[in-house]
Amino acid sequence: MGIMKIDGYPVEFTDEPNILSVIRKAGIDLPTLCYHSELSIYGACRLCNVEDDRGRVFASCSERPRDGMNIKTNTPRLVHYRRMIIELLLASHDRDCTSCVKSGDCDLQKLAHRLGVASVSYPAHKGEHPIDFSSPSIIRNPNKCILCGDCVRVCEGLQGVNAIDFTRRGTYATVAPAFDKALAKTDCVNCGQCRVVCPTGAISINTNIRPVWEALSDPNVKVFAQVAPAVRVAVSQAFGGERGENVMGKIVAALHRLGFDEVYDTTFGADMTILEESKEFLEIFEKGGPFPLLTSCCPAWVSFCEKRWPEFVPNISTSYSPIQMLGSVAREYFADPAKNEGKKILSVGIMPCTAKKAEILRENLKRDGKQNVDYVLTTEELITMIKRAGIQFDRLESEAADMPFGMGSGGGVIFGNSGGVMEAALRTLCEGPERSAIEELRHSGVRGPGPLREFIFHYKGNEIKAAVVSGLAEADRLLRAIKSGEKFFHFVEVMACRRGCIMGGGQPTHAGVRTKEARKRGLYDSDVNTQIKKSNENPTALSIYQTLIKGREHELLHSHSH
Amino acid sequence: MLDSSFYAKTDEILSKYPAQERSLIPIIHEIQETWNYIPVELLSYVADKIGITETKAYSVASFYERFSFEAKGKYIIRVCDGTACHVRQSVPVLERLRSDLGLSEKKHTTDDMLFTVETVSCLGACGLAPAMMVNDTVHPAMTPDKATALIKELKEEAANS
Repeated sequence: MGIMKIDGYPVEFTDEPNILSVIRKAGIDLPTLCYHSELSIYGACRLCNVEDDRGRVFASCSERPRDGMNIKTNTPRLVHYRRMIIELLLASHDRDCTSCVKSGDCDLQKLAHRLGVASVSYPAHKGEHPIDFSSPSIIRNPNKCILCGDCVRVCEGLQGVNAIDFTRRGTYATVAPAFDKALAKTDCVNCGQCRVVCPTGAISINTNIRPVWEALSDPNVKVFAQVAPAVRVAVSQAFGGERGENVMGKIVAALHRLGFDEVYDTTFGADMTILEESKEFLEIFEKGGPFPLLTSCCPAWVSFCEKRWPEFVPNISTSYSPIQMLGSVAREYFADPAKNEGKKILSVGIMPCTAKKAEILRENLKRDGKQNVDYVLTTEELITMIKRAGIQFDRLESEAADMPFGMGSGGGVIFGNSGGVMEAALRTLCEGPERSAIEELRHSGVRGPGPLREFIFHYKGNEIKAAVVSGLAEADRLLRAIKSGEKFFHFVEVMACRRGCIMGGGQPTHAGVRTKEARKRGLYDSDVNTQIKKSNENPTALSIYQTLIKGREHELLHSHSH
Repeated sequence: MLDSSFYAKTDEILSKYPAQERSLIPIIHEIQETWNYIPVELLSYVADKIGITETKAYSVASFYERFSFEAKGKYIIRVCDGTACHVRQSVPVLERLRSDLGLSEKKHTTDDMLFTVETVSCLGACGLAPAMMVNDTVHPAMTPDKATALIKELKEEAANS
């Protein structure tokens, strides 16, 4: 608590962790390349340097605010330093900006413009590192790395994976996996959080735009898409719209214009997941174990569990994730010659997630050696395609998703939020008057801030102990506590990304506090505006149990080994 | 794949230290002393035993010049290229060693695994410049011809042992 002066103006501070936060609160956007409020403070980029009244220059990210401080943020000396830092970074950077995927969205590029770096006074000395294309999810290009360490800290601190780290030192320093192995050979779980925080094009999405586009222009291929819940609240901002606004109608319209023959809603698949998973849970609950049942929707989590906690793999639900549910059911649907019109079928998932690109390749999710979904495009790739086609997104008229897989319940749509899968599953167990029971569940603790929420749900006079966790480092701590017996749960939802899929590795980057909150709100509001709240009341999902998949639930809706 | 004797010896080294992150450097020092380098399999093995990721272990180990992941020769020759040695002509000594042994800036170890030639930033023996070390022995006031003679001597020693 106290008051400090920033550029001559008094600014009050309370519990801000550092001077940088106070400066930003005061309305000055001090540049940074290595500062993320959720990560540990690193102080590497030195762009947030400020000067005090004694002429001392220091990094404002790693200094606590003190009462009576007098801070200047923009003196000629500081401006000179910042420009020099950017010049030094540019000297060792692959400056092939025009053909870089990150161009226009690159923090280094933006800062160079903003700080008026018109030329680089140092000779270029970029290294020639090989580019790592081994991962189906992300591409690592060390030639564009500025060693800010954001990816290292998110991978280790938030995700507890530590697939990459600093190696060597000085001018030889790089960020790389151990022994410079290919990323696909490491413990990487494909969550993509490293690429979300990467300020440059050093880590980017391994894109599948090209083959999808080829199929779209091929008259002999019928292409259908499914759109995941979290995508619809993360597109609007890229086209000048409101943050967090649900623009599913416009996304459907845009996909139709891009040439997709059918556009379905993964919310339908989410309802199928809930139908199967809640059945599975009740069976285990009545049988008395083994507990906890762990959710299976998040592929980065499943991969993490296999690599770090193999003893918990049998606890993971065998129910398909929503994308696989819809993919599998649609495959059956299009097997009918009346539906496929003799054409080849291509199944595309539009996802907020980079790990889904790896999930669709998994052997235990293939049926007859064939993938249920052919390609996954992330939200970012969808935005790229819409822009590339010149579609004026903001001027599109909304369209409804196509039947028979275009309808989902409110429970299905909140899947994109941390806690959403659990809430949707428990909704199907709600007893009594629907509205009040659902309302009660909402306030049970399943929603709320923080990466870990523990709560109790009452079911037929029994207590169901449940937990919701997001962020793999947090999940790792929880599993440790479960293993040691310190904690006990019947049912645990795990999502690899903090806050859930709305903050997935394939979502548009630079989401600040307000955008995060708006995306979350966007999904909960969509639930409010949906007439059918419970997955087990989705009439289209229920009807396919009587027709398309009758008697084949186990074959079509469950993985057979993890 | 390393044979089991490597792991048995490593277990022996591991038993001397608490299974904690901070034991990493002393453990890999002993591994390097034992085999003259750190076999990559052993670094991963140690990381697992002390509860850190192999990425972290590699990050630490690759930071230090002293640690090597490549097998080294029987005789490790470290030519000092600190300021004093440099101005007293250490580079011609280094060049002679490399040409005699068929080595280069990229290739440090002879194919018969007898010699490894490296440079170090300072041996702390500036009064003896230009200096170099062969394993643990310091050789002062080197010249290219003295280097050639020394190599010949070491080769004979190796042949007779």
